[in-house]
Amino acid sequence: MTSEKVDLSQSPDTHGRFGLYGGQYVPETLMEAIHQLEAEYAKARADGAFWEELNGYLKDYVGRPSPLYYARRLSEKLGGARIYLKREDLNHTGAHKINNTLGQALLARRMGKNRIIAETGAGQHGVATATAAAMFGMECVVYMGAEDVRRQKLNVFRMELLGTRVVPVHSGQKTLKDAINEAMRDWMGSVQHTHYVIGSVMGPHPFPMIVRDFQAVVGRETREQCQEQLSRLPDMVVACVGGGSNAAGIFYPFIGEPSVKLVGVEAAGEGVDTQRHAATLAKGQPGVLHGMFTYVLQDDDGQTLPVHSVSAGLDYPGVGPEHSSWKDSGRAEYTSVTDSEALAAFTALSEMEGIIPALESAHAVAHVIKIAPALPKDCVIVINLSGRGDKDCVEVAGLLGKHIG
Amino acid sequence: MKELTTRGTKGLLPYLTAGLGGLETTERILQGLAEVGVTAVELGFPYSDPIADGPTIQSSFTRVLEKGIHVREILDMVARFRRNNQLPLLAMLSYSIVYRLGVDCFLQQAVDAGIDGLIIPDLSLEEAPQVARQVSEAGLVLPMLVSPASTPERRQKIAALSTGFVYYMSVTGITGERNQLPPELINNVRQLRQTTGRPVIVGFGISTAEHVRRVCSEADGAIIGSALVRRIMETQDAGGDTEAIVKAAAEAVSGWMVGLPA
Repeated sequence: MTSEKVDLSQSPDTHGRFGLYGGQYVPETLMEAIHQLEAEYAKARADGAFWEELNGYLKDYVGRPSPLYYARRLSEKLGGARIYLKREDLNHTGAHKINNTLGQALLARRMGKNRIIAETGAGQHGVATATAAAMFGMECVVYMGAEDVRRQKLNVFRMELLGTRVVPVHSGQKTLKDAINEAMRDWMGSVQHTHYVIGSVMGPHPFPMIVRDFQAVVGRETREQCQEQLSRLPDMVVACVGGGSNAAGIFYPFIGEPSVKLVGVEAAGEGVDTQRHAATLAKGQPGVLHGMFTYVLQDDDGQTLPVHSVSAGLDYPGVGPEHSSWKDSGRAEYTSVTDSEALAAFTALSEMEGIIPALESAHAVAHVIKIAPALPKDCVIVINLSGRGDKDCVEVAGLLGKHIG
Repeated sequence: MKELTTRGTKGLLPYLTAGLGGLETTERILQGLAEVGVTAVELGFPYSDPIADGPTIQSSFTRVLEKGIHVREILDMVARFRRNNQLPLLAMLSYSIVYRLGVDCFLQQAVDAGIDGLIIPDLSLEEAPQVARQVSEAGLVLPMLVSPASTPERRQKIAALSTGFVYYMSVTGITGERNQLPPELINNVRQLRQTTGRPVIVGFGISTAEHVRRVCSEADGAIIGSALVRRIMETQDAGGDTEAIVKAAAEAVSGWMVGLPA
């Protein structure tokens, strides 16, 4: 566990902009709550006691630091680069999402708000928010697209078990973006006593910064662990990108290290040249969605396009604004893998390493499976294994023709 | 829109989702509302991801988008209406749409069609200054929204940037019919008018003639949206044709205007 303070010198600027991207495109009703959050986070960020308390929970409740594991069989089978897995799947609740929800729950408590709300796609952020709410004794409501409620029954049950009310959202495409709309609408009417725990590095400023800062623990640990185990930094860090929180968290502490290549992997669904994908950075263009200026998948009228991915957590037509900025500056590069490549990686990692990855994380694994064979043996790649795949087993079994649910 | 900048008239500004029941129906409803004597109409451009709108307006957006109606076609309809009608029209739309079409490009198209002003609910004070300049250069008004949660300092800044009038949201929350308006509403409106010296029009939650009268006892006008959109959708669902929809809309609106000074 590192107690290092978050670097205040970095972006965003005072207007919440990462280069061109970010900003605050929300109705006036939300601006008061957003200013309150900005002010409270500025205080918390400079308060050693805040980080000490959060780090205590991350250590004793979440189980941090998560291991950095050398995937020997996978590396040897591919015959090229040495592949390491940052094991966020081993966190309490099974994904990186808890790093952020505990931080935001603490912020909510500092603001005197005892009700928290959240959106969820795959259900991982919903479960992590429900967990934080249970642990801090807060009221919690999670909005989830009706289609995702169907795909992720296990996580719905987990949230309910944790005392959270799960509200299925039937508007729009009935997936993640619609759940975000509904959570924002709840917040419009409940700002005085409710904090909206956004689950990714997205939404209006200061959310992209706050979520990145809370997830940056992943990258800081990775740096330290690389130094301990290899006495050097990795050559490449690879992470999947939907909204982009696990990628931002592991990339951020390496931004100032030009020798470390940063690669984000989006969901190509049935292919980026079809209508069914969620590769926002690859195929989108700058626009406004969910309070931020960023790359989006829209039609010529600014209407959000339908997106598709086998993974409910990557099924999002926008992306965090800092990723848009890193894409334009070239500091990170972004690629995509298809549903079938991700499914193959899901099986391969299970068979070769005894680790069942979340379908989201399987996208990062799939990209590394493609590129590792051609890389030299002294090349070190770290994959952010952002979540575990238990939640996906019923869905994947169905896709493999084995009905278990 | 000039009359809204000078106080003295009080009136109703119905909100209508463009394209609901088809663009020809919208054009006919607009003609009907002009005959009834409304002050202006707030014409909503459907958006896939509205954040400030409740279930009624959201579902009206979905109906229109499913029909594949585009911004260009809505503006063409406005231009046809404008040929023989001077009723002021305010376009209500997400900044997502404005940005995608290009701010200057959209403004030019809106001016050419005969739109008088824009209401952009997701354009916060923080992001608005540049757009406000462009809107003003195009000769349109940009009323901006004040919420009951806005601090006194923000109210002043928003009022200073607003043109045409200041749009006061009666409640913190989304659009939609409400049985009761907050008791402090009238005081809030009085204070906003006094401290800013600007005309104030109130929207969100206003659903009955009694609400309209009460709001207009202090405000310069009232906006009624979901209640009208619901009537239109109900008439549609009951199999009503264009004629029936136009009649239902005009009747509802004249009912809400009972008791307002002519």
